[in-house]
Amino acid sequence: MAAGAPRPVLRERGQREVFCGLTGIVWLHRKIQDAFFLVVGSRTCAHLLQSAAGVMIFAEPRFATAIIEEKDLAGLADVHEELDQVVARLLARRPDIRLLFLVGSCPSEVIKLDLAKAAARLDAGMRPRGVRVLAYSGSGIETTFTEGEDACLAALVPEMPQAGNLGQRLLVAGSLADVVEDQFARLFADLGIPADVLPPRRAGQLPPVGPGTRVLLAQPFLGATAAALERRGATVLPAPFPFGARGTEAWLAVAARAFGVSFDRFEAVVAAPRARAERALARHRPLLEGRRISFLPDSQLEVPLARFLAEECGMVPVEVGTPYLHQRYHGPDLARLPEGVRLAEGQDVERQLDRVRADRPDLVVCGLGLANPLEAEGLTTKWSIELVFSPVHGFDQAGDLAELFARPLVRRQKLAALAPEAAT
Amino acid sequence: MRVATAMRGVHYVLHAPQGDTYADLLFTMIERRDHRPPVTWTTFQARDLGADTAELFKAALRDAHARFRPEAMLVGASCTAELIQDDPGGLAATMGLPVPVIPLELPSYSRKENWGAAETFLALVRALVDRSRRPSPREGRRPRVNLLGPTALGFRHRDDVTEVTRLLDTLGVDVHVVAPLGATVADIAALGEADLDICLYPEIADSACRFLEKSFGRPTIRTVPIGHLATCDFVREVAGHLGLDPAPALAAAHARLPWWSRSVDSTYLTGKRVFVFGDATHAIAIARVARDELGFEVVGLGCYNREFARELRAAAAEHGIEPLVTDDYLEVEARIAALQPELVLGTQMERMIAKRVRLPCAVISAPVHVQDFPARYSPVMGFEGANVLFDTLVHPLVMGLEEHLLTMFREDFEFSDEAGPSHLAASHAAQHAAAQPQIRPEPVAAQAAADGLVAWTPDAERELRKIPFFVRGKARRNTEAYAAARGISAITVETLYDAKSHFSR
Repeated sequence: MAAGAPRPVLRERGQREVFCGLTGIVWLHRKIQDAFFLVVGSRTCAHLLQSAAGVMIFAEPRFATAIIEEKDLAGLADVHEELDQVVARLLARRPDIRLLFLVGSCPSEVIKLDLAKAAARLDAGMRPRGVRVLAYSGSGIETTFTEGEDACLAALVPEMPQAGNLGQRLLVAGSLADVVEDQFARLFADLGIPADVLPPRRAGQLPPVGPGTRVLLAQPFLGATAAALERRGATVLPAPFPFGARGTEAWLAVAARAFGVSFDRFEAVVAAPRARAERALARHRPLLEGRRISFLPDSQLEVPLARFLAEECGMVPVEVGTPYLHQRYHGPDLARLPEGVRLAEGQDVERQLDRVRADRPDLVVCGLGLANPLEAEGLTTKWSIELVFSPVHGFDQAGDLAELFARPLVRRQKLAALAPEAAT
Repeated sequence: MRVATAMRGVHYVLHAPQGDTYADLLFTMIERRDHRPPVTWTTFQARDLGADTAELFKAALRDAHARFRPEAMLVGASCTAELIQDDPGGLAATMGLPVPVIPLELPSYSRKENWGAAETFLALVRALVDRSRRPSPREGRRPRVNLLGPTALGFRHRDDVTEVTRLLDTLGVDVHVVAPLGATVADIAALGEADLDICLYPEIADSACRFLEKSFGRPTIRTVPIGHLATCDFVREVAGHLGLDPAPALAAAHARLPWWSRSVDSTYLTGKRVFVFGDATHAIAIARVARDELGFEVVGLGCYNREFARELRAAAAEHGIEPLVTDDYLEVEARIAALQPELVLGTQMERMIAKRVRLPCAVISAPVHVQDFPARYSPVMGFEGANVLFDTLVHPLVMGLEEHLLTMFREDFEFSDEAGPSHLAASHAAQHAAAQPQIRPEPVAAQAAADGLVAWTPDAERELRKIPFFVRGKARRNTEAYAAARGISAITVETLYDAKSHFSR
């Protein structure tokens, strides 16, 4: 794969209207069923999780915030002691926990609270009781939204067992909805490819890693995890991300090539689900075709999703903003984006909104802090967080993915009589 | 943010790390605002840490001023920026912006949100009020008052303001300034021209009201008009201060609560045990409504804001109960479990606790979710607010009773799952007849039988099902214990009633 001539990228710095990495906890704790995420931070961090987790907060979730108070800021010795007490109480209350993450925040990073050291100390104490303790940072100063998952998975990589000399195995990295994970597992089994997933559903099921490991990233925001896996000897396979019929086919094909699967076998396995995906997409294409779309930066899913919408739904990307552009991992999708797309990395939200207002695309993908205000200005929006929470990867979700973008357009048509311009 | 967003022409520049902008969502989603909050965030990142975060702050302030052209600006630091010790106030002062720039000192490691809002409002009033302005002579004009305290993200603030404004109008009083909600910088400057200040939400406005009392030497009305009786008190108090006749306002046509509550349909509300929790103002006011206007018995009263703990303790003493001042929901949950109330009145969190322990519940205080920022008119203050409160507090009970009755009669032929909708009775008759004699053993019984402990005869099982569901479990346990103690292996109808008489002694 050649990314072709490097495309111009607008790099901006200014106010960023994005989530911090702590948000990753909201979906990661659903995925690793015996893990607990303890944020060491302020009331602001706790408040963010409350807001982001919505009603989940009331379901005895496996995350919490150890709130730093004034007395903790006075001297560092106390903080470690207090943290030990909090952890002891927590594990006594939740004996089902097998993996505890201490999650760093902006306040804990700024006061240079060494959570890695705290985790190592706690881990030594807890290991005999069958509980592992690890640390990573989800702070806003270091991570943007989905990068919290990257930091979490990268912290798991050193804990993965060393693979023996059993030949090549595939490792699919990135948390996926269980239903999607199961679909991929069936496809890899049918292709004859031995495959593992990271993260696993339970802490004790970490897959092995070693020089025989071939890594396929399922999510575009896993730069640190990929680097950590490479340090363990694994090889990361560049591929477009598995969105839509063609994205999923290309992603699987990269694995098939690496594992020497014959063309006939590949076709036999993917033909039926690919046809299903194409049928499902065809339903949404008439509505989406020719519509102009802009993405504001949020999750790093923007480039692969723009690829999907352009290539498979006929949409016209105007501006594709992403918090970070990893040329290496986003390259295969970038290469398939149409000419003339404005790529933007980073953000100055006021200027970006000026461009959105000037472009007036048919659909703006943005966060919930901007969606209602833009709707009030007469623009149609798709709130972006849903793309991270919903099952959207793979053949059998291709139609659902297109529907997520079609729905606001359909709704606008249905409610046309309510629009302020209709009343005048 | 709640104060800045409530006002017009004020812009807030907040020194904060990337990610803190999440707070914008509370306004755009929960309150469904159609504009972004007037807040600029510096959103610094790790690479900015060091000398240039101060520069970043100054650039953000300069840009925000140039873009939004506010009449006044607020500057402050978030919890993380507090630690890196750039001084937003000091930095702003050196920049010589052509509008007032008000620095906020909000110690985020010891204080919380309501305190921050109160402090911000006080700082704004202190900086912007024109101390030379005084009310004009009263001849030839209606008296006018300030309504202080409503903010963005306030629980029913929008409609409370409308309702209290109407109420004052029937009394012949005009509203001079509402602040912070909807106020401009000019409005704040003109606060001194009112005849009286009304502190609608002490959590937000109490400190600003104290400042105004001192500056202008005039009283503040502190009675919060939540509930029918408190609204009457409020009207009399305002009328008394302004030398007006309260009778026309008190005779308001839409005060339905008194009759609704006295009507016989409400008799079953008598002595219902309620637990009340929320911000101190709402908790105290609604506990009074519960006791004096609905005839409930208040068995628990608590608040999460320590700033008003004294007022809450006094109110709890008046109800003769133990106060609960805590921001730990587990403590609240433990207290609810211990008190076993029949109705919980609280915040979103208490709604979830009540759901978990299967108690009826109504929301009476922030924090709340999007459904408690309703489209329809729903104040909690004034006479219409009392009407709203009657419905809000009684509906979960009526529904609780309905559910109770439906479950109780679940096995009744007309209500059973097999019966189907009544208007389709004919087509279901045959099916219904077939279903009638079958009795599915309850899982507990099946398990007990499988374990070879004590088995229920079909007759006894049928008899057990005639006992209301909420005591059925206890009857089952007692009977099985009775049988086990006597070595009875098959429970008959006789055993059931033997056990009943045994345990009823």
